[in-house]
Amino acid sequence: MKQMVIANHLADGFVVFLGPDDRWCRWIGEGRVLEDPAEAEAALATAKRHEADNVVVDPTLIEVTIDEAGLPRPVEIREAIRAFGPTTGAGSGGNAFSDVVGR
Amino acid sequence: MYRYDEFDHRLVAERIAQFRRQVRRRLAGEITEDQFKPLRLKNGVYLQLHAYMLRVNVPYGTLSSRQLRKFAHIARTYDRGFGHFTTRQNIQYHWIRLEQVPDILEELASVEITTIQSSGNCVRNITSDQYAGVARDELADPRVYCELLRQYSVLHPEFSYLPRKFKIAVTGSPNDRAAVAVHDIGLRMHRNAAGETGFEVLVGGGLGRTPYIAHTIRDWVAPEDLLAYVESILRIYNIYGRRDNIHKARIKIIVNQLGIDRYRELVEEDFAASKDTPRPELPPDEIDRIAAFFAPPPYEALDDITDELDALAAGDARFARWLRHNVAPHKQPGYAIVNVTLKAPGAVPGDITAEQMDALADLADEYSFGELRVNHRQNLVLPYVRQRDLHTVWSKLDALVLATPNLNLLSDVISCPGLDYCALANARSLPVARDISARFVDVDRLAAIGPVTINVSGCMNACGHHHVGNIGILGVDKRGKEFFQLTLGGSSDRNAALGDRLGPGLAQEEVPDAIEAIVDRYLELREEGERFLDTYRRVGIEPFKEAVYGVAEERAIA
Repeated sequence: MKQMVIANHLADGFVVFLGPDDRWCRWIGEGRVLEDPAEAEAALATAKRHEADNVVVDPTLIEVTIDEAGLPRPVEIREAIRAFGPTTGAGSGGNAFSDVVGR
Repeated sequence: MYRYDEFDHRLVAERIAQFRRQVRRRLAGEITEDQFKPLRLKNGVYLQLHAYMLRVNVPYGTLSSRQLRKFAHIARTYDRGFGHFTTRQNIQYHWIRLEQVPDILEELASVEITTIQSSGNCVRNITSDQYAGVARDELADPRVYCELLRQYSVLHPEFSYLPRKFKIAVTGSPNDRAAVAVHDIGLRMHRNAAGETGFEVLVGGGLGRTPYIAHTIRDWVAPEDLLAYVESILRIYNIYGRRDNIHKARIKIIVNQLGIDRYRELVEEDFAASKDTPRPELPPDEIDRIAAFFAPPPYEALDDITDELDALAAGDARFARWLRHNVAPHKQPGYAIVNVTLKAPGAVPGDITAEQMDALADLADEYSFGELRVNHRQNLVLPYVRQRDLHTVWSKLDALVLATPNLNLLSDVISCPGLDYCALANARSLPVARDISARFVDVDRLAAIGPVTINVSGCMNACGHHHVGNIGILGVDKRGKEFFQLTLGGSSDRNAALGDRLGPGLAQEEVPDAIEAIVDRYLELREEGERFLDTYRRVGIEPFKEAVYGVAEERAIA
């Protein structure tokens, strides 16, 4: 099972993924995909420390798959919406999401 | 409208300064998220799926052009260029940075707007009739009492930690446009046998996972006793309401557990006892003082111009449709109430861009004495438009894509933000609302179908009020997949009712076909002069069950 650590950044609330060198990334494509359960638990423990240090809020492990383009995709709809933005798309103000997640 | 006095200004300024310190302490790590959460909620700040969300009160739905322009400015400066009007006459911003919230609150305070008690276990924004002060059927302006209740309940020390949130709605008209029967307290103005105006008081209504229609706790309360009576209801709730289980903490649970008769006894006992203690009396001069803020604008002496409007409508079918559906009669001759629907085909219900807000503020200044209203159906209102300006106002709204002639028709869908934004949601309500409004675009067909309310909620917390939609749609999660359960026959008006469940949940893409099947069956069955709700109440749910699930079966076989 492939997993990633997702959270909200404390100061601005934006969705972030735990990336290389324990940095937090806005774009899911930069996040670390964790293949091994022990590695996933260690990453979550790091994230919890960052939560205690007031960098992020509510870090969680989520399951992902890798799509044809090699990008991780959350399995649950809720987490996919967090990663890629509201699905309401054009026709409302919500369509401006893409400029922040970097897709 | 009401204007802040020095005490209001000071209270708000002190509150913002306090919250600025709380945010600073949180960002510096001096308090944890668990400690901070109740503090931010009391100031309307949620942490949602994508970012922080800020819920801003529009007290009883009355808004000045200056305030709307400020909303546009905040959307542009601190958010992503849009805001979302909610089913409680508020506006929400979905992409807010916590570190900027204190600055936003100062901007709002400069136009006498706050987020105080827009969340948390306290008395929330008091809602009312969007036609208050201009409706032909009104006894008195309900906003006077909304404002008195607002001043009374803001930061009230006894009621700052209620068992759960508390929602009050007031109507001054017998034709309830404020859904008072599904509120914790509903106040309905009427005259007693002696001809005096007072309030019928309803208690224990609410939606969510355990929906109830409110009970009448007292048929008539005099205006001077209103605050004291509301206080007794709140006090009994504060004492008896459950704090051990969040799902059983609302007043509706305790009212229905004790029974309305027992609850009434307790309230009446407290109310009688409070006569001997200092209690919030409302002397007539105080009521008059507040009423003066809601005095009518300087109307011109005009006559109705029905014939001229008919002539204009005869030459322009699009204007005629808008006039018929989106314009309501006004109590002042020569004037009209203009409804601005935020429900264009395919639009997200309640969403409005900063550019639209600015343009509407300009229209309000030019044609509506600088005032607007927000209604609980996620639309806006220009309350004081001269009839002779209607054609001009229509053409300007049309250019802003704000003149879809569908008020109270099938495509005027109410929806919560759902799983696209909300951390509590189980399913996406907005795409369902959008699919329906995109399917039913033929305005003549919509008019032929007549009034039907559709309400969509993305979870059982029911922010989209699905229980009281003529057609209610509830999103649920079944093993990671979104399904939508339909209810029929709900209503939030004078004869409020909860909808009946139609059958098993449908996939998102099946919902528009199901609505189509329900509508077709209604059109087959309806008798002269019936609305959808009338037909439903006459024939019951069976014909509609057959229409929807028959169709689904045929499709499955095909």
